[in-house]
Amino acid sequence: MSENEPLLSVRNVEKHFPVTAGLFKRQVGAVKAVDGISFDVFKGETLGLVGESGCGKSTTGRLVTRLLEPTGGAIDFEGRDITHLSQGKLRPLRRDMQMIFQDPYSSLNPRHTVGAIVGAPFRIQGVKTDNGVKKAVQEILELVGLNPEHYNRYPHEFSGGQRQRIGIARTLALKPKLIIADEPVSALDVSIQAQVVNLLEDLQKELDLTYVVIAHDLSVVRHISDRVAVMYLGKIVEIAERKRLYSSPMHPYTNALLSAVPVPDPKARKERERIRLKGDVPSPLNPPPACRFHTRCWKAQEICKTVEPPLESLASGHSVACHFPENAPVAATADTAGKD
Amino acid sequence: MTAPLDVSGSAQEARPESVLTGAGKAVQGRSLSRIAWMRLRRDKVALAGGITVILLVLIAIFSTPIINLIGHPPLEFHQDQIDQSTLLPKGDFGGMSGEYLLGVEPVNGRDIFSRIVAGAWISLLIGILATLVSVVIGTVMGVIAGYYGGWADQIIGRLMDVFLAFPLLVFAIALAGVIPDKGFGLEGNGLRIAMLVFIIGFFSWPSIGRIVRGQTLSLREREFVDAARSLGARNGYILFREILPNLMAPILVYATLLIPTNILFEAALSFLGVGINPPTPTWGGMLSEAVRFYTLPHFVLFPGLAIFITVLAFNLFGDGLRDAFDPRAH
Repeated sequence: MSENEPLLSVRNVEKHFPVTAGLFKRQVGAVKAVDGISFDVFKGETLGLVGESGCGKSTTGRLVTRLLEPTGGAIDFEGRDITHLSQGKLRPLRRDMQMIFQDPYSSLNPRHTVGAIVGAPFRIQGVKTDNGVKKAVQEILELVGLNPEHYNRYPHEFSGGQRQRIGIARTLALKPKLIIADEPVSALDVSIQAQVVNLLEDLQKELDLTYVVIAHDLSVVRHISDRVAVMYLGKIVEIAERKRLYSSPMHPYTNALLSAVPVPDPKARKERERIRLKGDVPSPLNPPPACRFHTRCWKAQEICKTVEPPLESLASGHSVACHFPENAPVAATADTAGKD
Repeated sequence: MTAPLDVSGSAQEARPESVLTGAGKAVQGRSLSRIAWMRLRRDKVALAGGITVILLVLIAIFSTPIINLIGHPPLEFHQDQIDQSTLLPKGDFGGMSGEYLLGVEPVNGRDIFSRIVAGAWISLLIGILATLVSVVIGTVMGVIAGYYGGWADQIIGRLMDVFLAFPLLVFAIALAGVIPDKGFGLEGNGLRIAMLVFIIGFFSWPSIGRIVRGQTLSLREREFVDAARSLGARNGYILFREILPNLMAPILVYATLLIPTNILFEAALSFLGVGINPPTPTWGGMLSEAVRFYTLPHFVLFPGLAIFITVLAFNLFGDGLRDAFDPRAH
């Protein structure tokens, strides 16, 4: 694998959950949780995946780690197609790709000690250690800032932030290359969030990790990400380098999201242009045709309802799926009617 | 299961032991079982029930030495205690005395105390073994239905409905009536006990099965199962190391609450004459024989009390167990 090849490559991945009705469970519709997304993740970087609840970002995380199987598209990990690999073939690959879960209360088995939880990867994957599993576990516990003597304690004896550290320790056991963090700090207090985010950053430097951080908190994503992808209703609407996204977002939805971030300073708040989106997010059972966002977009035109805007790169490293992007470097939308 | 006890900050406190003894000494954690045990110890009623259960079990296990020490053989007739004209015991209170602690039975003068003690052994043996059978069947069925879902769940669900709708007592009476004298390498009362254990246990499994299925369904969706899967764990590992340990508490609680039901079932069958054959003493059998002499209540009183105390003790203890494991249940 060359230096320029992405560690993880997601191409047009779809996940449709069938909706059945009737005695014989006929499929009458589908929840299009993820409806054709593509992105790459390169070694050593952190890709942030943001969007509101229900946009499909958690599903994306589970698709990438193959806890779910895509109903369409392809996923490549380290150059290898893992889209429809059997669980047996996936097993050795799982050592390189791990997931941090959102809920520190339910992601740890209450009947297992911390030592058992963090040591489970060694047991499950049959990995031999030099000095025994216990020593290895205690090293990792120290690495994430926990007292290694708490090896025999149970999850309920720890606070939420510490439990999340235990979850992080578990993912590090087998020295993975890629870590998908599914809302790693959403369930924590703000001050603890900062601690855990800093821990993740330190670990990335120390262990040369690659992250995909799924979150709905834009400030957390801004802090930790190198690039950010914005999702809406199962599709990626914009991907950009972090600074570019926050300073000159192109997609109207991104604009609305950023304007909704609370600003502590009352004066600055008055000066900020607050965009209010009308209506609710449409149901993924029946997403709007063409551009998913046109039902709530203040710039929507006829073409937005008929032609789906492709995710294309309008500036280096900055892709957006919109017929009328803002802050666009050129008037790139003049000929959209002639495309596809 | 319970949401966690949030003992926040405790892990960061300075712990004197570790300071004095230095690194390497592991701190012992408090498992959920230990916490439940500590809660149970504070529940006086449950403790009373538990101690009674232990006493009953001890009496049952040591029934033979106890009878040899302070009673007369349960099958031995003592016609000298019976007034032959009325067929009732000569002494007061149904013949209670220092020698016959709970009196004697009418007509044949058998020692009630030793018959009660011997009956304890039968009732508890059948009650507990039948519950064991139910727990094994119910757990296997419940876990399969809850974990795999789909048509396995449908089939097992319908099976449970069928078993629950079954006219249990009628079927048990019919079946118990046709038990042969010899079979499966056992004979006589040994065979009858085995068959009763099987019948009672085989028909009580849906109650455990439903609980286990419900718990498994909710456990299956917990993130630690996803975490195990994302590490590459196979279904076997998940079932035995992730899900089953979390099932232990509800299984223990509902098994403890199932035992008195099964004891009552056996008493009912013996009362109707299709349980253990006389003259072997059983509480239900003694009740059925004593009903004729209802004018002198103590013949009915002692076996009735024995059943009542046993069932009450198990129920109180089982309730206490349930509260100890899940204090938020009510």
